[in-house]
Amino acid sequence: MAEIGRWNRILAAVLLGLALIAPFILYPVFVMEALCFALFACAFNLLIGYVGLLSFGHAAFFGAAAYVTAHTVKVWGFPPELGIFAGTAVAALLGMVVGWLAIRRQGIYFAMITLALAQMVYFVALQARFTGGEDGIQAVPRGKLLGVLDLSDSLTMYYFVLAVFLIGFAVIVRTVRSPFGQVIEAIRENEPRAVSLGYDADRYKLLAFILSAGLSGLAGSLKSLVFQLASLTDVQWTMSGEVVLMTLVGGLGTVLGPVVGAFFLTAMQHYLAQLGSWVTVVQGVIFVFCVLVFRRGIVGVVASYAAGRRKPAGIAPAAAERSAESCAART
Amino acid sequence: MLDWIHLTVPPAPAMFAQLLVGLINGAFYALLSLGLAVIFGLLNIINFAHGAQYMLGAFCAWFLLNALGLGYWPALILAPIIVGAVGIAIERLLLRHIYGLDHLYGLLLTFGLALIIEGVFRQQFGSSGQPYAIPPELQGGRNLGFMFLPNYRAWVIVASVAVCLATWFTIERTRLGAYLRAATENPVLVQAFGINVPRMITLTYGAGVALAALAGVMAAPIYQVSPLMGSNIIITVFAVVVIGGMGSILGAIVSGFALGLVEGLTKVFYPEASSTVIFVVMALVLLIKPAGFFGRAR
Repeated sequence: MAEIGRWNRILAAVLLGLALIAPFILYPVFVMEALCFALFACAFNLLIGYVGLLSFGHAAFFGAAAYVTAHTVKVWGFPPELGIFAGTAVAALLGMVVGWLAIRRQGIYFAMITLALAQMVYFVALQARFTGGEDGIQAVPRGKLLGVLDLSDSLTMYYFVLAVFLIGFAVIVRTVRSPFGQVIEAIRENEPRAVSLGYDADRYKLLAFILSAGLSGLAGSLKSLVFQLASLTDVQWTMSGEVVLMTLVGGLGTVLGPVVGAFFLTAMQHYLAQLGSWVTVVQGVIFVFCVLVFRRGIVGVVASYAAGRRKPAGIAPAAAERSAESCAART
Repeated sequence: MLDWIHLTVPPAPAMFAQLLVGLINGAFYALLSLGLAVIFGLLNIINFAHGAQYMLGAFCAWFLLNALGLGYWPALILAPIIVGAVGIAIERLLLRHIYGLDHLYGLLLTFGLALIIEGVFRQQFGSSGQPYAIPPELQGGRNLGFMFLPNYRAWVIVASVAVCLATWFTIERTRLGAYLRAATENPVLVQAFGINVPRMITLTYGAGVALAALAGVMAAPIYQVSPLMGSNIIITVFAVVVIGGMGSILGAIVSGFALGLVEGLTKVFYPEASSTVIFVVMALVLLIKPAGFFGRAR
């Protein structure tokens, strides 16, 4: 186990080094986009991977936060840090309402309820005056961070995005490894048992949901500053599907999986951009492929290979598979 | 108290016209949620591709007309058979492999299928709709005194009620339906009695998909035949299913029609909310009766 810990530290250092030099090698906006989606996918994974709840409506939090940040920054003249805070706070509040309603049902119903409530948010965004309807909110100024750092410079913006991503990522990792994280995993594994031990399962689920929604909002706020745009795409059901796919490709319930999946799919979208609707078809094919034969995702497979054992995993793996899973979680 | 809603009582004909639109929408909600419920009962899969298969039904009718010159009435029979066969192929080739897994994988797999089907049609036809004419026998309409009733819309309501009741009768009152209900409760035991359960599952999925395609053909002359018609309706149908609960066939039918009417009424009194009212109802139902009106608690 100490061995694995050392390898993980090396891996973390290498990844951090890569992230620091990335804007000099790759197109910075691409990396920023991927980082925003990586944070979004990590937040989503907190729910599916650790609580075992499949939300099909996470675009609502991502998109709502993007709109709020874009509006407050552009129209009300908020500085970027305050705009991001406003977006995140609204997403967390929205998450509180949606989560409060949705945790009344489980499994498939939970997915359908979150999808339906997110569709409601979409219709509100379509009709409300301040969202700009089909046009969205365009030309959002990036402004000056804390009044000092000019974010219109793409390198400055990049390191700001990276810093926010790392903070969000650290919050998620810390949550998963905290006693709170242990309890939500216990609820996923055996809810009646966790309840019988005195844990208020619904309260834990709701807290995890709010945290996940808030962090999704953070990603959405950041994205609206990167692209200087908040639009209906951010809040549509296809976006909810995309974040599910990113997490599935990377590996459900692994710490790094969503990041890998987000980079993989963002890169794919860039390369296939000129193919139009075929991108949707390719995404569908990847979905089918992952569900049928690649349920562990990229990181899940690599981690179990590195750990020298191969065991099937799933949305709710049995206790016997936990060892392989926990290796993956540490990667 | 409700000043801000600006309630105005519209003239009666306009109100009945909106109620008719609501009833028509409700007919499609009922047909689609019925298919979802039938599939969910036996396969334990929420068929996310249901909207895409509804769209396939409409496009199938369109192809039959434009490529083979076959009109509405043959399409009403042929399109469900063709799309149902596609459904059977999907079940045999793909869905069969995931029955042992968590139910959520079924949702994800069919979501992927929906993306594929919809993407292919969007690539071919763009987002715009293709017109599909009302069959000559059903053109025109009649004046009922208080409103004008187009013949085709009357046909859609009558036909969908008939199909819904026939499905209900088959499942609740026939021997085949009894097998189906038994297999829903305990597939292993039913198989032990010598009934081919895997084949029954395949045919059930095919039948559910055929129902979606039938709804698609009936919808073609009302809405335009568009690649996006499926994803627009399926999320609303999911809300209908959450409200009604999937425990009962009759529940799916009743809540489909009722919510269509609610939507129509909202369009009369407060049009801005008409696209969200079903979701609001869903939220309220979750607060009062989380299992849905006809659902079994789980």
